[in-house]
Amino acid sequence: MQKAVFPNKLLPYLLLAPQVAITLVFFYWPASQALYQSMLKEDPFGLKSKFVGLQNFAQVLGNPDYLNSVRVTVVFSVSTAVLAMALALFLATAAEKVVRGKGFYRTMLIWPYAVAPAVAGLLWLFMFNPSMGTFAYLLRDAGYRWNPLLDGDQAMLLVVVAAAWKQISYNFLFFVAALQSVPRSLIEAAAIDGASSTKRFWTIVFPLIAPTTFFLLVVNTVYAFFDTFGIIDAVTGGGPAQATQTLVYKVYNDGFVNLDLGGSAAQSVILMAIVIALTAIQFRYVEKRVHYA
Amino acid sequence: MSIRSLILSGVLAATTALPAFAQTEIQWWHAMTGANNEVVDTLAKEFNDSQADYKIVPVFKGTYPETLNAGIAAFRAKQTPGIIQVFDVGTGVMMGAEGAVKPVAEVLEAAGETFDKSKYLPGIVAYYSKPDGTMLSFPYNSSSPILYYNKDIFEKAGLDTANPPKTWQEVFETARKIKQSGAADCGYTSTWLTWIHLENFAAWNNVPYGTEENGLAGTDVKLELNAPIYVEHFKELASLAKDGVFRYGGRTSEAKQLFLSGECAILTESSGGLGDVVKSGINYGIGQLPYDETAEGAPQNTIPGGASLWVFGGKSDEEYKGIGEFFKFLSQTDVQQRLHEKSGYLPVTEAAYEATKKSGFYEKNPGRETPITQMMGKEPTENSKGVRLPNLPQIRDIENEQFEALLAGKQDAQTTMDNIVRLGNEAIAEAQ
Repeated sequence: MQKAVFPNKLLPYLLLAPQVAITLVFFYWPASQALYQSMLKEDPFGLKSKFVGLQNFAQVLGNPDYLNSVRVTVVFSVSTAVLAMALALFLATAAEKVVRGKGFYRTMLIWPYAVAPAVAGLLWLFMFNPSMGTFAYLLRDAGYRWNPLLDGDQAMLLVVVAAAWKQISYNFLFFVAALQSVPRSLIEAAAIDGASSTKRFWTIVFPLIAPTTFFLLVVNTVYAFFDTFGIIDAVTGGGPAQATQTLVYKVYNDGFVNLDLGGSAAQSVILMAIVIALTAIQFRYVEKRVHYA
Repeated sequence: MSIRSLILSGVLAATTALPAFAQTEIQWWHAMTGANNEVVDTLAKEFNDSQADYKIVPVFKGTYPETLNAGIAAFRAKQTPGIIQVFDVGTGVMMGAEGAVKPVAEVLEAAGETFDKSKYLPGIVAYYSKPDGTMLSFPYNSSSPILYYNKDIFEKAGLDTANPPKTWQEVFETARKIKQSGAADCGYTSTWLTWIHLENFAAWNNVPYGTEENGLAGTDVKLELNAPIYVEHFKELASLAKDGVFRYGGRTSEAKQLFLSGECAILTESSGGLGDVVKSGINYGIGQLPYDETAEGAPQNTIPGGASLWVFGGKSDEEYKGIGEFFKFLSQTDVQQRLHEKSGYLPVTEAAYEATKKSGFYEKNPGRETPITQMMGKEPTENSKGVRLPNLPQIRDIENEQFEALLAGKQDAQTTMDNIVRLGNEAIAEAQ
């Protein structure tokens, strides 16, 4: 094997430097600041600051509101990811079967992805807000007690649907690409053997697109965790009575509304740990069961 | 002399020479949108045109909480503006920041003005003053909660359109009648439950919100919101909600929409919401904020909401002089009168109030004086100067969450008020 492909010893480091610098500035620096802040007790203006060790963590973890927020986050993330992926897969398989105007359907289905989360939230809010939403009126006229302002389950449903709706396009795009890569010959062979279309889907197509599904599972979970702040802020503001207060929203609310900086920083450190753990689990265990063609 | 040193000395000369002929620029961070934003810009322009030494530069910083956060971040980065607008509930936060802010009374003195408390409306000044009477911030936009009612719905329900209900008991009874008569689907709704049904409810009925004069006399406050008068009030409200007579609109001013669309017949809202009510074109009437008829000596006086202007510490004498001049400009009678008539904010000085009265504005615009008479009617007691807590935004959050659980029928009124007191006291102790 030939050694010294790059005679210049410095160049590789120089080429890496921008990436390393970006990681340092945008990840390690803020992360270390959060870690430091999480051990302080401080007034909003930073006039008096006291080192309290792990007291903030003890307080956060001992707070029933925080445990409720964990539960809310799990329900929200799982529902959003499952709903967004299931609908996208359904639409992708349906779009596969369209003979004429395939491109048109696909374009239309991809559009919502261009909508910012806060705008997506507002769209759904305008439709379903009990004070002014068109659909809220229709639901009430139909005799259904629609009031997400007070009913926590309805509020959760509303944010899940809004968050999933926005993510469907993204998932759709990947599923369409994955479906196209499934060899026609396999499906045709199965059809000749007499397998129904449902059976063909579950025994051939679904396992073959598993890598994409796994990738989307990771992406959707991260999305539901971190990118849905705008939707929750616009639609429910974490309410009613904390029914839609996810962990990320609680970090914001405690830090920027309630001005409890130490507690908020402690929460974001915990969040960081959760994400690292989740990613590790996903790659260590779930990936093993994924069949890469 | 080398070229480099030549350039250097040139730059040096330019920068040192600059302050000699430049104005002192003072930034004013605010949270005003729409028509109110225009008022801010107009005021700054008028002040800048009136003299040559100082220049006020208004900068919009987002919502009230966002503006407060921007100010806090600026303080931490040592890049503070001269003036910042902070909403009522942020008052306690700013007061806790001793050394970070400079009392407005001192700023006015820097501009050669002796601060005379008696020139200002007592209800407003008391709210923005330290226990020893030093005024800390300049009251820019103050409002107070009033009752709006839909005259068309009242008529349809066979009610007296000239006499809106005066007490909470009457409001609840009227609301039930309206719903039963079918004149409207919803009898009563309210914006800002925390501000109207707790903070102002306490002041107006002369009952304590918490110990230590509701936090004005000290920071070690224990809430007293589970007293029978509150529990009874919210028990009734929850029962109305259950029957669909009262409809909850949200934590801030969302419920206004329910009134403007004609769904709800009665609304309690800030006097600052008047503009939208007028614009909607509904046939409305105004009444004063209802009080509890079981409360002794009620109605007492309401407390101001809105925002005030704070001055950061650590600025130069020149800047303080400029800010003081600007506040002097804002206190002028004609400026205050115009501000009051155009925006619906309350006037800050006695003179401006008198001038508005004399001009016949209140005869032409009935109801516009109600928010002032409510606040000015009586000398404030220790229950009615206002509520000031180091973490009032957080306390309001706790209150709202508990109200939502109550109105959804998940818990009764006693549990709700007990929870507010317990969780609120924990949060206050934590914020010390």
